[in-house]
Amino acid sequence: MKLAALTTLAFGAAVALIFFYAPTDADQGFSQRIFYFHVPIALTSYACFGWGAWKALRYLRTRDERADLESYVAIHQGVIFGALTLVTGSIWARASWGVWWSWSENQLVLFLVLFLFYCAYFMLRYSVDAGPARMNMSAVYALFGVVLIPVSFLAIRLSQRFIHPIVFDSHAPSNMTGAQWLSFLVSLAAMLLLFATLYNVELAGKRIDAHLRELREILGRRLDGGPQRAQAPALPAPERESA
Amino acid sequence: MTYVSDVGALARKDLLLELRAKETLPSMLLFVISALTIFHFALPSGTSDVAARGLLWSALVFTALLGLTRAFVAEREQGMFDALILTPCDRSAIWLAKSIAVLAFLAAAEVVALPAFAAFFHGLNGRTVAAVALADLGIVAVGTLFGAMAVAGRARELLLPLLFLPAAIPIVVGGVGGYLWFLALYDAIFAVFAWGTFEYVIAEAA
Repeated sequence: MKLAALTTLAFGAAVALIFFYAPTDADQGFSQRIFYFHVPIALTSYACFGWGAWKALRYLRTRDERADLESYVAIHQGVIFGALTLVTGSIWARASWGVWWSWSENQLVLFLVLFLFYCAYFMLRYSVDAGPARMNMSAVYALFGVVLIPVSFLAIRLSQRFIHPIVFDSHAPSNMTGAQWLSFLVSLAAMLLLFATLYNVELAGKRIDAHLRELREILGRRLDGGPQRAQAPALPAPERESA
Repeated sequence: MTYVSDVGALARKDLLLELRAKETLPSMLLFVISALTIFHFALPSGTSDVAARGLLWSALVFTALLGLTRAFVAEREQGMFDALILTPCDRSAIWLAKSIAVLAFLAAAEVVALPAFAAFFHGLNGRTVAAVALADLGIVAVGTLFGAMAVAGRARELLLPLLFLPAAIPIVVGGVGGYLWFLALYDAIFAVFAWGTFEYVIAEAA
């Protein structure tokens, strides 16, 4: 609860700073303000993938099933933030260059690759039956992802040399003023807090689900095997119990 | 020493199986030649060498994918995984042996594909051949790891391309650009990664 309140507060502060405090860019005008959303979302997405990989490593080390679920939830959030990065980046490209997609934008292309890679994570997870095999594979795949991030980044940089001879200078101003830094950092903090909140909510939900399933199974078994089998229909009882 | 002989025995099993069944290699060969033929018609005349070279790389990646999809089929269909897991050998040896076998198929397919490419299009240079050789190592290392994952799932053949292709993008970049050092770096990083993590992938696979 505290975390959710803090997130709301940070978000309010970030939005206020971005729209009323940060100076309007001389070059790109108002549309440059999307930078304060786009880049923090992208960084948060990396944080999600990193956290997911860290939990995956923890799982492989300790065989703790909770770590598997935590890794999955973190990567899930990472894919959502990644999709938002693609959308905001696309809007920004449209606003500043008039195109929806630009292959010369390193970060955007990298996110496309990562997005494809981590979407396959879900395909893998849904394709394999739940159990230790799935946990192992998901963990290895999550770890593979964080190794792939720098390798892909390097590859994309290299590819520009022969695909796009003209390299756009990164339009994030490298010499940002204090006001810009402040807005940026508050926005980043807000995004990271949002991730933490969503992560906790999602994790709690999944755990309750799992717990409920266990209880139902136990109850179902009791009713099936018990002496009252003939009197009461076995199925509705656990249903009532859960509601 | 036992590690080497384990790997040798396992790789020999795969190669022998292929020699008798002749399933994977002929289909890879046919596939790569058909793909190159399609590319000839897909490219307008007067296209640059660079464009043709790009198509060579996509043909190679998809051919490799074909071989990788088949790599664990025998194990799955004959219930060999349990036997492999029970074998008293280091599990990374299974990965290494399988990689060697797939590498052999891929290299054999390329021995035909590269001259065919040179004949159909505008010839080859030594750098491309070296890049293909380096890329093969990375493709096989990563592909075998993902192949073992994909075969445990329900989607199987459908899953492997989804897992493998995003990870193969750096290989295509390195190959088309002719960055040999980058390909070598990719090989080294992911070979070590796959070697270290394969035991988890196969341990509980049924």
